[in-house]
Amino acid sequence: MNRNVRYRASAAAVVAALTLSVATGAQQPPQQIRTAKQMPFPQKPDWAKLEVETLPVQGQVHLIAGAGGNIAVQAGEQGVLLVDTGYEQMSAKTLAAMRKISNKTLRTVINTTLMDSHTGANAVLVREGRINQAGPGLGGRPNEADLIGHSQLLALMTKIGRQKIAVERWPPSVYSGKSKDLYLNDEPVVILHVPNGVTAGDSIVWFRKSDVVAAGEIFNQASFPYIDLANGGSINGILGGLNHLLEIMVPKHNQEGGTMVIPGYGRIGDEHDVLEYRDMLTIIRDRVQASMKKGMTLAQIKAMKPSPTYEYEPRFNRDPAWTAEMFVEASYKSLGGK
Amino acid sequence: MIGTRSGRVTLLMLGVLLIAGTPAFAQVDFTGVWNANTNAEDGPERVAGPSLVEFLGLPINDQARQWGLAYRPGRLSLLEHQCQVHVAHYIHRGPFGARIWEERDPVTHELIAIHEAINIYEQNRTIWMDGRPHPSPNAPHTWMGFSTGVWEGNKLTITTTHIKQGWFRRENIPSSDEATTIEHWVRNGNVWTHVSVTEDPVYLTEPLIKSTDFTLSPSPNFNPFWPCEYVEEGEREPGEVPSYLPGENPWVAEYAATHNLPQDVTLGGADTMYPEYRARMKKLPVAVFKQPGATAPPAAAPPAAAPAGRGGAATPPASGTPPAGGRGAAPPAGGGQTPQGRGQTPQGRGQ
Repeated sequence: MNRNVRYRASAAAVVAALTLSVATGAQQPPQQIRTAKQMPFPQKPDWAKLEVETLPVQGQVHLIAGAGGNIAVQAGEQGVLLVDTGYEQMSAKTLAAMRKISNKTLRTVINTTLMDSHTGANAVLVREGRINQAGPGLGGRPNEADLIGHSQLLALMTKIGRQKIAVERWPPSVYSGKSKDLYLNDEPVVILHVPNGVTAGDSIVWFRKSDVVAAGEIFNQASFPYIDLANGGSINGILGGLNHLLEIMVPKHNQEGGTMVIPGYGRIGDEHDVLEYRDMLTIIRDRVQASMKKGMTLAQIKAMKPSPTYEYEPRFNRDPAWTAEMFVEASYKSLGGK
Repeated sequence: MIGTRSGRVTLLMLGVLLIAGTPAFAQVDFTGVWNANTNAEDGPERVAGPSLVEFLGLPINDQARQWGLAYRPGRLSLLEHQCQVHVAHYIHRGPFGARIWEERDPVTHELIAIHEAINIYEQNRTIWMDGRPHPSPNAPHTWMGFSTGVWEGNKLTITTTHIKQGWFRRENIPSSDEATTIEHWVRNGNVWTHVSVTEDPVYLTEPLIKSTDFTLSPSPNFNPFWPCEYVEEGEREPGEVPSYLPGENPWVAEYAATHNLPQDVTLGGADTMYPEYRARMKKLPVAVFKQPGATAPPAAAPPAAAPAGRGGAATPPASGTPPAGGRGAAPPAGGGQTPQGRGQTPQGRGQ
C-alpha cells in the first residue's frame, strides 16, 4: 500500500469514527427552554387569532385560560359550574373549551367582579345552560343557567346602566351578606364576598372538596391588582381578601400544593404565590401610608426614588393599561389621600 | 496496514474517537447517596447563613438590591413563611444530602427519569429523560420546578422551569418565579460536581453561575428531615408584613464594616463578580457601622487601620444610609431591636 493510499484509508477511518460518534450521540443539546413570562391580556386583541387553553387544576376543577380573565370550571355528574365567563368575543371558544372538559349541562355561573374580561360572555354562556328543573326558569325567566353575584355587583351594573352593560349580563341571583353556599357535584361551593376589593361587588369562590379557590382579580399574576375607585375598590379591601384567602388555604407539604388558587389572570398558584403577592401589596401600602403620614402629596409620592413599587416593577409593571404609577395613585386615594 | 506507521496512527485515532464518542450513549450513573462537602466549600453560606446585606458576588439588578434592603428577617416568622423551602437553584447550597436513583422502562431499560430526593425540606425532584415537553405557562410552579435532562457526552444537562419565587441568597436577595436554571452534572469517581446557571429576567443582569461538589456516601442510609410545622411566634397585627421602609434599614453597613469592606462591595451587582472590581474596590472607603440605638461608640467598630489604598480612615456611610447591624451582632441595650430574630420589632412598620 503506497503512502497516499494509506493516508486515504486513515482519513476514511477517521470520518467513519466521527460519523459513528455523532450517530451514537443521538441526543441533541438542550433547546432554549425558558420559563414563560406572565404577560397581561393584549391591549388590542386579534380575537380570531386568540386561543384558549384548558388545564386540570385539582379535583373537579379545571381552568380555561386565554378568554380574558381566568374561568374556573367545576364539572361533575350534576352538570357544570363556571366562575366568570371571559370576554364576549371569546365566548364561542370558551364554550368549546368547556365542552372539552364536560358535555354535561351548564347549571351555574358565578361572577367574581365587574370587568368585561370576567362578565363579558355572561349572556351568551348562560343561555347555553339550564337550571336543574323542568319548565321555565326562576321568576318566569327562560330556563337557563343561574347567574350569581354579590348584590353590590348587581348594584354596580345597575348604576353603570344597560346602555353599557346589557341587562342579560346582570346577575339575577344575588347574595347580600358575607357568603353564599351552594352544593353541586357532591361538593360544597362557598362564595365569599370581598368588601371593597377591586370593586365593591367582588367575590371569591371556594370549592371545598376539590380544594381550589377562584380568587378573581384581587390576585393577578401579570400585574398589580386593578383598583376600581369609582366602583368601590380599595387597596385595603384587596388586602383583606388576600388575607382571607391565606386563612382558608392549607398547603400540603412545606408550603406547597394543598389548596390551589386560580387567579383572576395568569397561572395557577398555591398559598405561597398568594402569600408573596399579599406581602408585596402590604409593603407597598405601608410605604404609601407612611409617606402620607409624613404629609407627602401624591405628586411627591409618585416622584419618590425609589418608587413605592420599585423592586416589584420588573415582575408586575407589565400592563400599559394599569401601570405601577396608576396603582400607587389608586392606593393613595383609597387610603384617603386627596 | 496495522504493522505500518500510518496503520498505527489510524488505529490510535480510531480508538481516541471511539472513546470520545462513547459517552454519548454511556449515560453516567449518579445513583447513590451524596453528601455536601460542607466544611470544604461555602461553609458559611451553607450552614450559618449569609449576613444581612451580604449581596456581593451576585449579578443582581437594582430592584433586587432594593428588595434585599427592605427585607426584614421577621418576615420569616409569619406562619405561612415558616416552612418556605429553598428553591431548586439554591437548595444544593444548603446543608444538603441527596439520594439519586434511576427510573427505567422495565422492558426496554431505557431511562425514563432520574429522581433526586433531597433531605433538607424533604424535597423530591424528578428529572424527566424521556423528552416530554415542559408544562404550560399557566401551570403551577413548585419549589423544585419542572426538570428535563439530556446527556451531553459524560455530562447530564438539566433545564428547570416553573420554579416558585425564592431567593438567590437566602433571606436577602429574591429570585423570581420566572427564573430558569440549567444544571450540568458531572461525575468523577466519588465526586459529583454540580454546576448551575440561572437566568432571571426579573432580578439578574447576567446568569448566576455556581459550582458545588458532593461526595458519594459509602453508607446507603439517608434520612429526610425537616418535618416543618407552623408555630405562633410572638404577636402581631393580622396581615402585618415586616419590612424596612426605603432608606430606613439600620443594618445596611454592619456586614461591610465587620469585614472591613466598602459598602459598595456588599451591595452586589455583576461587576462585583469579576477580578477587575478589585482595583475599584481599593479606592472605596470602608463602611462604618453604628449599632442602632447606641449612644456610645459603635459596637462594631470600623477597622483600626484601613488597608493601604482604600482611602485611609473609615468614612461615614453614604448619605441617607443608616448605620446597620445584622446577623451575629449583639442586641442593643434595652432589647428594642433584634438584628436577625424572628420577633417583630417596633421599627418594622416604620411608623
